[in-house]
Amino acid sequence: MTMRGSRFVSHPADEQPVIEGHEGAEYYDLMTAATRELLIERGFLEQAEIDAVVAKLEAPRAEWGALIVARAWLDIAFKTRLLADGVAAAAELGFSIKEAQLVVVENTANLHNLIVCTLCSCYPRSLLGQPPWWYISKTYRARAVREPRQVLKELGLEIPPDVELRVHDSNADMRYLVLPMRPDGTDELDEAALAALVTRDAMIGAALAGRESRQALGGDASGS
Amino acid sequence: MPRFSPGDRVHIEDLGKPGHIRIPWYVRHKDGAIERYCGSYPNPEDLAYARRGQPSVDLYRVRLRQIDLWPDYAGQAQDTLDIEVYDHWLSPAEGSS
Repeated sequence: MTMRGSRFVSHPADEQPVIEGHEGAEYYDLMTAATRELLIERGFLEQAEIDAVVAKLEAPRAEWGALIVARAWLDIAFKTRLLADGVAAAAELGFSIKEAQLVVVENTANLHNLIVCTLCSCYPRSLLGQPPWWYISKTYRARAVREPRQVLKELGLEIPPDVELRVHDSNADMRYLVLPMRPDGTDELDEAALAALVTRDAMIGAALAGRESRQALGGDASGS
Repeated sequence: MPRFSPGDRVHIEDLGKPGHIRIPWYVRHKDGAIERYCGSYPNPEDLAYARRGQPSVDLYRVRLRQIDLWPDYAGQAQDTLDIEVYDHWLSPAEGSS
């Protein structure tokens, strides 16, 4: 353990490595359930209200983001607006993004973008829903900034040495969406068929559109 | 009027503050370039303690080279990292006007 007083003054060389674990999770699960039951029992809250909030939280899904990507592939003017102002462009398609701003970053033949939140698990949840388990793992959060090419390799994606890899740490008020490259041989596809190629992982930069990632990371990741 | 413009070279300070800090260790004391100005936001260091976060603070995205962040970086020299930094954590980089 680091001594409380010294913690913020310098970065101790002997600090314990980050270890993924469930220690404490059961306690908070139990406390959450107990608090919820007490609030209902005392008449402060109804189960239906909780269900409505949960349903609202669970409504957004990666397919919404995929529709935005497919439209950007088909409509160059929309893509320009999307890259300039993600929230406004998403609103054109009827998606209301609650986060402050959506920064859309475009993959090209020379540039690959990868999103991570090192400090917690910031993610455009009001558009894409909940992030994948590995995104919130401490292993991914620590390694994605430190050795991103190796992390992507373990996720099944090898970035060519002549391509720039740009990691975006989603550490504050912005949220991020990767605009993947449109796969070759998709000229004949319509918007719905194109959207079906866009996975959640592709919009994080952990996969290419039209290809599944392995979703397995080395290290201590045990999921959560 | 934001203090920095895109392309300006900046130094990320280490303010040594405790609490809900959004500037991770690995970018402190590092130099980068302003990628964009993101607008002005309530200060999260204040919001975390149920205060109003006022006055709001300017937020920028700063682009750094991975080889500047990690001396033993195993990727390519052209690899970069973009991160959001609030104005009070920034100063003009040494040697920049």
